[in-house]
Amino acid sequence: MVPVQYYFVLSALLFFIGVFGFITRRNLIAMLISVELILNAVDINFAVFNRLLFPSSMEGMFMTLFSIGVSAAESAVAIAIIINVYRNFKSDSVDSIKNMKW
Amino acid sequence: MANSIMFCILAVVILGSAVMCVTTTRIMRAATFMLFVLFGVAGLYFLLDYTYLGAAQISVYAGGVTMIYVFAIQLVSKRTLQGLTERMKGSRILWGGLLALIGCVTVILVLWKNQYVMAGMMTPDVEVPMKDIGQALVGAGKYEYVLAFEFISLFLLACIIGGLMVARKEDNK
Repeated sequence: MVPVQYYFVLSALLFFIGVFGFITRRNLIAMLISVELILNAVDINFAVFNRLLFPSSMEGMFMTLFSIGVSAAESAVAIAIIINVYRNFKSDSVDSIKNMKW
Repeated sequence: MANSIMFCILAVVILGSAVMCVTTTRIMRAATFMLFVLFGVAGLYFLLDYTYLGAAQISVYAGGVTMIYVFAIQLVSKRTLQGLTERMKGSRILWGGLLALIGCVTVILVLWKNQYVMAGMMTPDVEVPMKDIGQALVGAGKYEYVLAFEFISLFLLACIIGGLMVARKEDNK
């Protein structure tokens, strides 16, 4: 089997690629995609901790399962907000939103 | 040995697609590369013998969430589809790269230097039986998750209704 450290290095790299994308991009959807990358890195960590270090239990697996569900709900709400922002500001850049109320 | 080769292939796919995903200026391509990252992560779950988790990853993430993104991209922006609006600023890339690099090195050093009790290395490559997963998911005893399961279904319903309420067109009063 692959040693557990390799999985951790992979997920850490994925996490910080997501952080880099979240800092550099200014498009709302691109930032949301970066957040999805970060969430996936965390999910990998949960599953790997459970499988390789505590193989007799299933907590990490269920945590990943629920995390997948929560991120689906989160992206649905975020997409709705982005569509609403685009309808009101005619732009999908974060710089275009000057105030929360109009 | 076969596990190591599969892990290398999946790592290359995941990291390459993730880098392309955050550096490309076209949103549609970013969504496509995110799809490849999600498939790679599902492959990692299959490699860990969590087949149910891999199936859930493919059906919910790659099937559902990516569809939502593509739908939103088509709905929102003609200009970003053609790659016209987004431009990268040099200083922001510099600071973002620096921050990501520092954090990445710190986290990798901590995780690499740690000593782990490798309990799972001795277990054979058998997948977690579906019966155990199902019983733990809807059981109400110790280490069973019916409350979280019900809560997350309610949460998903609330989020969908909230999303519809937010995204709906205001009717002319």
